[in-house]
Amino acid sequence: MRAALSGLSSGRSWAVVERALRAIGRMNWLVILTGFFEPVLYLLAMGLGMGGMIGSIPGPDGRPMSYAAYIAPALMASSAMNGALIDSTFNVFFKIRFSKLYETMLSTSLGPADVAIGEIVMALLRGALYALGFLGVMGTMGLVTSWWALAMIPVALLIAFGFAALGMATTSFMRTFQQLDLVFLVMLPMFLLSSTLFPITVFPPVVQWLIMALPLWHGIELMRQLSVGILTPMTFVHVGYFVVLGVVGAIAVTLRLRKLFLR
Amino acid sequence: MAVIEAKDLTKRFGEFTAVDGISFEVAPGESFGLLGPNGAGKSTTMRMIGGTGLRTSGSLSVLGMDPERQGPEVRASLGVVPQSDNLDTELLVRDNLIVYGRYFGLPMREVKAKTETLLEFAQLVEKANAKVDDLSGGMKRRLTIARALINDPSIILLDEPTTGLDPQARHILWDRLFRLKEQGVTLVVTTHFMDEAEQLCDRLVVMDQGRIVAEGSPAALIRQYSTREVTELRFGASRNEALLAELASLAVRAEALPDRVLLYSDDGEALLEEVNRRGLHPLTSLVRRSSLEDVFLRLTGRSLIE
Ligand SMILES: Nc1ncnc2c1ncn2[C@@H]1O[C@H](COP(=O)(O)OP(=O)(O)OP(=O)(O)O)[C@@H](O)[C@H]1O
Ligand SMILES: [Mg+2]
Repeated sequence: MRAALSGLSSGRSWAVVERALRAIGRMNWLVILTGFFEPVLYLLAMGLGMGGMIGSIPGPDGRPMSYAAYIAPALMASSAMNGALIDSTFNVFFKIRFSKLYETMLSTSLGPADVAIGEIVMALLRGALYALGFLGVMGTMGLVTSWWALAMIPVALLIAFGFAALGMATTSFMRTFQQLDLVFLVMLPMFLLSSTLFPITVFPPVVQWLIMALPLWHGIELMRQLSVGILTPMTFVHVGYFVVLGVVGAIAVTLRLRKLFLR
Repeated sequence: MAVIEAKDLTKRFGEFTAVDGISFEVAPGESFGLLGPNGAGKSTTMRMIGGTGLRTSGSLSVLGMDPERQGPEVRASLGVVPQSDNLDTELLVRDNLIVYGRYFGLPMREVKAKTETLLEFAQLVEKANAKVDDLSGGMKRRLTIARALINDPSIILLDEPTTGLDPQARHILWDRLFRLKEQGVTLVVTTHFMDEAEQLCDRLVVMDQGRIVAEGSPAALIRQYSTREVTELRFGASRNEALLAELASLAVRAEALPDRVLLYSDDGEALLEEVNRRGLHPLTSLVRRSSLEDVFLRLTGRSLIE
């Protein structure tokens, strides 16, 4: 075990984050903004538009809430997911397959775990940034009604962490851009079905179980609970889901980087 | 004690053996060369020394550590110049050096000071705020080399360091490498330029198809595998081959290249006189001392006519 883990890290993931921060000026801001505005547009169109027709809907504690307030936390979770995934899929794919960045990093005293953690943190920060911006929009629309909303920020970080690790681990197996598109093929239905816009109780139990296995559902339920300050045993299941997802993902990325670049 | 010690070092890619059981040692402060034709296994060997290539079998110790198990520790004292530049194109020239230094965990102040020195060394001060993509090939090469020095390495791995450099830049680099060597830095160099090997290397191994086929100092290798002088003759493409048998009888060894014939002997001028006396009259002729080029030709299996 020791042998398998040796040489993986020098504890300097920070240098990888620092590098990304220096590179930020050269990123494509249009792509960044598109990813951010998508959930905002959903909130405006569905929350305000549809919300007017739907009226109120039972919230996590059974008490009725406005439709906009129902979907807002869900969209904030999606926002964290979007930010984390854009970075950890497209950008990481480019770095693995085309630029020699990771190869360069690994010819210094950085180990694969340092690179993995550094890049995951960067994707996570992006997700958190999206979520924070989204929270600002919610506030402006009067959808933040409890101090519990503050707890949504660390939760956004946690969700982004899980998705960043998952995204990067998945991407490390991709060989072509076409395969990468599969990720988005999965993302769209996951976004539409994970109780984002309507409760999953409309589905037969089998489908419900399936959705409950997916990460976004846990993120959304967690956010929604916090938005009104409800904690149940399920809260901890949701949190645990993302902790495990992030940690397992980070380990997988480390091992994949080692396999790809140290061989 | 040797800073690099390889024993029966072997690397296979699937069925293919790229490095085939080579053994060598490099002493501290030594400048050690790996010579060989394309595909000989030089870069693969370099990657194993840096711990970014895993060996299939054999043992390897670098600074007393196993680069495979203790990669980050080993690489902390290593400067790596890979065969093809792998600069960070998302960063400006100066940031390439700063960020690279940070990968080694160096404090920012130190990195910043060193970066300015290295920019001067690489003659890139004016380009410090340029994009990497806007540099010429030679400038990129110089930046890659400068970058490898940021952590004050005690061993520098240079994989064809001067490919793409103009003569002036080459000489500046050689000079700089000499000075590093004087400070006790160990150099491991691969190159296709024989003059570079002669200039830089105290000792070298000639590799071919993954094996070491000769080892020694440049002078010793020349003594062992070549004669003192070489007479180069050009008769024009059609006559080179035709005259070869006759020419070969005059020399210790003869070799026909597509554009010229090489005659090996200890007295090149005398040999040239004899050629002329026989009325063979080459279009051009040149007498020179044997070089590693000749050793290389002899050892790496081009057809030799004894
Ligand atoms: N990742 C790889 N997968 C399969 N084969 C490889 C790989 N890397 C190198 N090889 C093979 O190993 C052999 C040695 O390659 P290497 O790059 O070490 O040669 P070299 O001596 O550096 O040659 P050059 O002078 O052209 O740089 C070559 O035949 C090459 O095709
Ligand atoms: Mg090579």
